[in-house]
Amino acid sequence: MDGPVSPAARCESDGRVSVVNGAFDAFLAATVRTATPLALAALGELVVERSGIIDIGLEGIVLAGAFGALLGGGSGDAFAGFLMGAAGGVLIASLFALFVVTLKAEQIVTGTAVNLLCFGLTGSLYRGLYGATGAALSLSTTPPVLVPGLVRIPLVGPALFSQPVITYVLYALIPLLWWWLYRTHGGLALRATGENPDAARVAGLSPARFRWGALLVSGVLGGLSGATLVLAQSGTFAEGISAGRGFIAIAVVVLGRWHPVGVALASLLFGATSAMQFLFQAMGWAVPYQLFLALPYVVTLLLLAGVAGRVTAPAALGRS
Amino acid sequence: MRRLARAGVVLAALLLGVLLLGAALGAAGYDAPRALRALWNGSLGSSYALTSSTLVRMVPLALTGLAVALAFRAGVWNIGADGQLLVGAACAMAVGLGTTGFPGSLSLTLALIAGAVGGGAWAWIAAVLRTRFHVFEVITTIMLNFIALDLVAYLVRGPLQEPTHAYPQTVALREAARMPRLLPNSRLHAGLLIAVLAALVIWWVLRTTATGFRIRTAGSNPEAARVAGQIDVVRLTHRALVSSGALAGLAGAIEVTGVTFALYEDISPGYGYTAIAVALLAGLDPLGVLGAAFLFAALESGALAMQREAGVPSVVVAVVEGALILFALVVARPGHRAWMARSRPQRAVNRTAESRS
Repeated sequence: MDGPVSPAARCESDGRVSVVNGAFDAFLAATVRTATPLALAALGELVVERSGIIDIGLEGIVLAGAFGALLGGGSGDAFAGFLMGAAGGVLIASLFALFVVTLKAEQIVTGTAVNLLCFGLTGSLYRGLYGATGAALSLSTTPPVLVPGLVRIPLVGPALFSQPVITYVLYALIPLLWWWLYRTHGGLALRATGENPDAARVAGLSPARFRWGALLVSGVLGGLSGATLVLAQSGTFAEGISAGRGFIAIAVVVLGRWHPVGVALASLLFGATSAMQFLFQAMGWAVPYQLFLALPYVVTLLLLAGVAGRVTAPAALGRS
Repeated sequence: MRRLARAGVVLAALLLGVLLLGAALGAAGYDAPRALRALWNGSLGSSYALTSSTLVRMVPLALTGLAVALAFRAGVWNIGADGQLLVGAACAMAVGLGTTGFPGSLSLTLALIAGAVGGGAWAWIAAVLRTRFHVFEVITTIMLNFIALDLVAYLVRGPLQEPTHAYPQTVALREAARMPRLLPNSRLHAGLLIAVLAALVIWWVLRTTATGFRIRTAGSNPEAARVAGQIDVVRLTHRALVSSGALAGLAGAIEVTGVTFALYEDISPGYGYTAIAVALLAGLDPLGVLGAAFLFAALESGALAMQREAGVPSVVVAVVEGALILFALVVARPGHRAWMARSRPQRAVNRTAESRS
């Protein structure tokens, strides 16, 4: 379903059904594909924001993760690639934590600086290591793994259960994170830190330690998100490959109301609006391509307007 | 005096940064002396580089830097100067191309106004989302940057595309409707005067007028401003964000009428993001913005020369810029810390939370 559908295919009634079905499958697959790196990064940011910090340096973390994955996975070992991706993310998250948590620097400003730094570092290292043109580099992507049984679920089965391993890791993370946040002492303490760090301190907790921990977790997840882009999806690295996904993930956290399941659903929704082009093409609707590209952002803005007034952010968010 | 001390610290940091950059390039196997020479020659080393490269690049950086500084002073996090610049450029181009029957100077004036209005309108969306719907402007302005980029990509392939439909760009603006040149045999245009004038006006407004006092108060302590000063903080932040967008839009209008003469997608190499670095390094001081914009323009112009002559990737300046901000955050605390300690970036969200409880 890559190109526009030929008119002939749309005229025949039988042909039309199969084309639309095929388009629908492509739509669902693209939805999950777009949602996966987004949800990974957003879950990390969720943990950070629950601790009372907003990290717009997430974009840089994803970028560093992608570059780490290139370094680690260049030899063809995908596991090493994901490991290095996570390490790259952790490195950048630690830099952010050092400034924001330890040195108490302003969060938005630090995030901006971190993004600039990552953009410059990955860009110049990439050109330095792989040549000025960034000669078309191609890594083999991790193959999709079919989950026996589940993949046969009608309609959504193939889209949800014929995915690279990292997507299943994400599926497992969502309930795990929910359980940790709402059913363990650690999760309660983290949320307390985000609501009222002073009270948490009086209760004998160390907000700084929880925030450092939260940022390290988001470093791992954001790094994996970048590694997913390189190793499971595009099979190559390009300057600025994160293409704003870190920023979108921050919006997704708000849309998902700071809840793991909400964040997963919001990621799917963003993925679905991005993937809408497959449906529109099959229908033969002539909407300019660039307007498609803008659609997810417009939908996100509209939903934020509807949602943000009615949700409660962690009370201490953004104050250091 | 504080301004001078600050400038000294920033200059010293920049010099140190450039030296470290040279050391890093040398370690990475580049010809470091050659690269640094190119950096100098391409930025300040010749009168041509100074007037046709550095000062030309300073104009959009100064205007977007002022946009960011104004918003931050009012306690609004406008991260969307890049999108506002793009929309301003598109509006200016549409008006400039649509008024071919008008005298050149009138067409130019209308284009500049259209740019400011367009940028202001783009920021207005974020302002409404914040003041009416309590959506944090950091998120909305970033989203609007992406939408603006797609919008321009669509315009230059659709309604505004040049008639042969071969290239994704508009036709060139006619000579008479372009920004006048300041010096013969150079690319320097009158936009520089507009940027300097804007800096002076904003400096004067912030320093001496009642509006300026309200902006500073609302930015530093909104609760006190509302309760003790009886300032309508919501209206003020709304206006600050729209004015900020208008400045960025004006930067876009000046860029298309003074430098590129046509609209295409990558008209901005991230001016609106570098602007944040410019504003912060200047300590959000409008006059300081001029100085910081000059430094960054020199750095970026020099980096391009470094890429041409020594093969060093020009994105390396982003590292220097990012490191400079981090440096400013920690070392140059006086003057900086005052507004940082007092600003409450998440006010809108917090207010929502409070009104619910």
